[in-house]
Amino acid sequence: MSRAVLTPRVERTDPPAPPPVKPKRRRKLNRGYGFVIGALLPALVMHVVFVVSPYAQAFYLSLTDWNGVAGTANFVGLANFGRLAGDSLFLASIRNNLLLLLLMPAATIGIGLFLATMIQRGSRTGRGGVRGARFYRIVFFFPQLLSVAIVAVLWGFAYNPNNGLINGVLRAVGLGGLARSWLAEPGLALFAVMAVMIWSGVGFYLVLFSAAIDGVPKEIYEAALIDGANGWTTFWRITLPLLRDNVQVAFVYLGMAALDAFALVQIMTVGPGGPDGSTEVMGLSLYRTAFEYGKFGYASAMGVALFFGTLVFALIALRGSGGKDRTELA
Amino acid sequence: MRRFPLHLALAFWAVVTAFPLLWAVTSSFKSDSEILTSPWTLPAEPRWDNFSRAWSQASIGQYFLNSVIVVGGALVLTMLFGGLAAYALARYRFPGNRAVYYLFVTSQFFPTFLALVPLFFTVEQMGLLGTKLGLILVYATFATPFTVFFLHAFFRSLPSAVAEAAFIDGCTHWGVFFRVMLPMARPGLVSVAIFNFLGLWNQYLLPLVLNPDPEDYVLAQGLAALSTSQGYQSDWSGLFAGLTIAMLPVLLAYVCFQRYIQAGATAGAVK
Repeated sequence: MSRAVLTPRVERTDPPAPPPVKPKRRRKLNRGYGFVIGALLPALVMHVVFVVSPYAQAFYLSLTDWNGVAGTANFVGLANFGRLAGDSLFLASIRNNLLLLLLMPAATIGIGLFLATMIQRGSRTGRGGVRGARFYRIVFFFPQLLSVAIVAVLWGFAYNPNNGLINGVLRAVGLGGLARSWLAEPGLALFAVMAVMIWSGVGFYLVLFSAAIDGVPKEIYEAALIDGANGWTTFWRITLPLLRDNVQVAFVYLGMAALDAFALVQIMTVGPGGPDGSTEVMGLSLYRTAFEYGKFGYASAMGVALFFGTLVFALIALRGSGGKDRTELA
Repeated sequence: MRRFPLHLALAFWAVVTAFPLLWAVTSSFKSDSEILTSPWTLPAEPRWDNFSRAWSQASIGQYFLNSVIVVGGALVLTMLFGGLAAYALARYRFPGNRAVYYLFVTSQFFPTFLALVPLFFTVEQMGLLGTKLGLILVYATFATPFTVFFLHAFFRSLPSAVAEAAFIDGCTHWGVFFRVMLPMARPGLVSVAIFNFLGLWNQYLLPLVLNPDPEDYVLAQGLAALSTSQGYQSDWSGLFAGLTIAMLPVLLAYVCFQRYIQAGATAGAVK
């Protein structure tokens, strides 16, 4: 506090190292300090009350057997975590989240990259996109604008075995034998949910990748063309390496969505949680344990487990992002 | 014709994306028996009464209004407080600047589920459970970290010459923020406001936990509750109308302001 360097941040081009502060300037600097406090305080107070403090409390609660009645939380150490390891429904939820994590981000990024490449390759100049690119980008982006709850309601209807869209289309094209009770069969339900996640996620990442591809100088693609590179080679050797950062960001976001999946499962699948817990996810277990069974300590332990799962995933996904074999635009 | 397979792939995904949406909108004009017997044909005659039934009897209108109030209030708070915090962190040097910045920014990567139980009791103890004010405050707080993160970068990229001129002319720090920096930051503010609007309008988990009274439901929450409640399962046409009411305004606004919205919605992931 003593070194009151409270001037508005100055650009590098300004004269370096101003001489010791003159008394007249000092007065203004103190006002600046008041401004900083006033500007930060509302956001900071709300952040501490509604974000920082709940997160901190969750770690403590996970070590208690609290059931919601004030003053009755007993410290039980790691007992909740021991119970988690033997809780078959929670283990099923971990398995389901991991399956989503394994397949959903890869599929979404794959389709997104493929379509973004198609949009780019269709144009004569190698830039700007195929005829109708604007139309495609608008339509592909639609699901991104809908609440995940709305998407869940929509697809709950679409998967309905009797009057749903999917079986209706299958029957109409003579494939009625493939009609299924999509959300009620244990072996299918999780994949049905996953398909919805992919459906709603592709558009966003397609737009993202498309913008990144447009940012690549077209000389690079022209050079590859002159060197005789075909579409595949161009994609693997040029597009993908140059989009590495974007793909990584996409992977982190999609991975976090895969570790969530709460709203879709809670709204779409029977139970909720699916037949035999086949679509149970960690968030749903936590929600039910806390707000239906009132076991707040145990639910907090689930939250901590989910947190560490997310943390480990993020660290793995971001590992080596500063590696020296990165491809940069010259 | 070399481009044919390419168009085929794009058109295929366009159909996959748009068809379920069109199907839902079409179904909302049908009668219940049409929905049950021929799920994917056009309605014989449009049934507008589905919409009035959904709007009033199924309370979709009330939910819509609740959403507007809560999201509107939260958006104003987030933009004001988040903008102020981002500006102070971006352009003033003071001890603890980095610590405060990271306190905001890192919380984006914590799963909301971890905070859920203590957050519920915090809001309850403040007497704000099931109130619009409580929901507005929590929404605003959860949208602030990204707002700070995005606008911090934006304020740093603005030139300081104009602000310095304003200081020399005797403008106060508050005056510089509101009259010089905010107008200069308008493109960034628009992007982040669109991003926040979409995120908050689409919230489901927070209202589910913090907003238990059916009269206060926000749109997504109310529609989800309707679709899963056993009693309402029979009124398919009303549900589809409700779904259409929830989807259509956003999609139409998007088609009109497509450029801004795509830029805003993807703001978080583009450098």
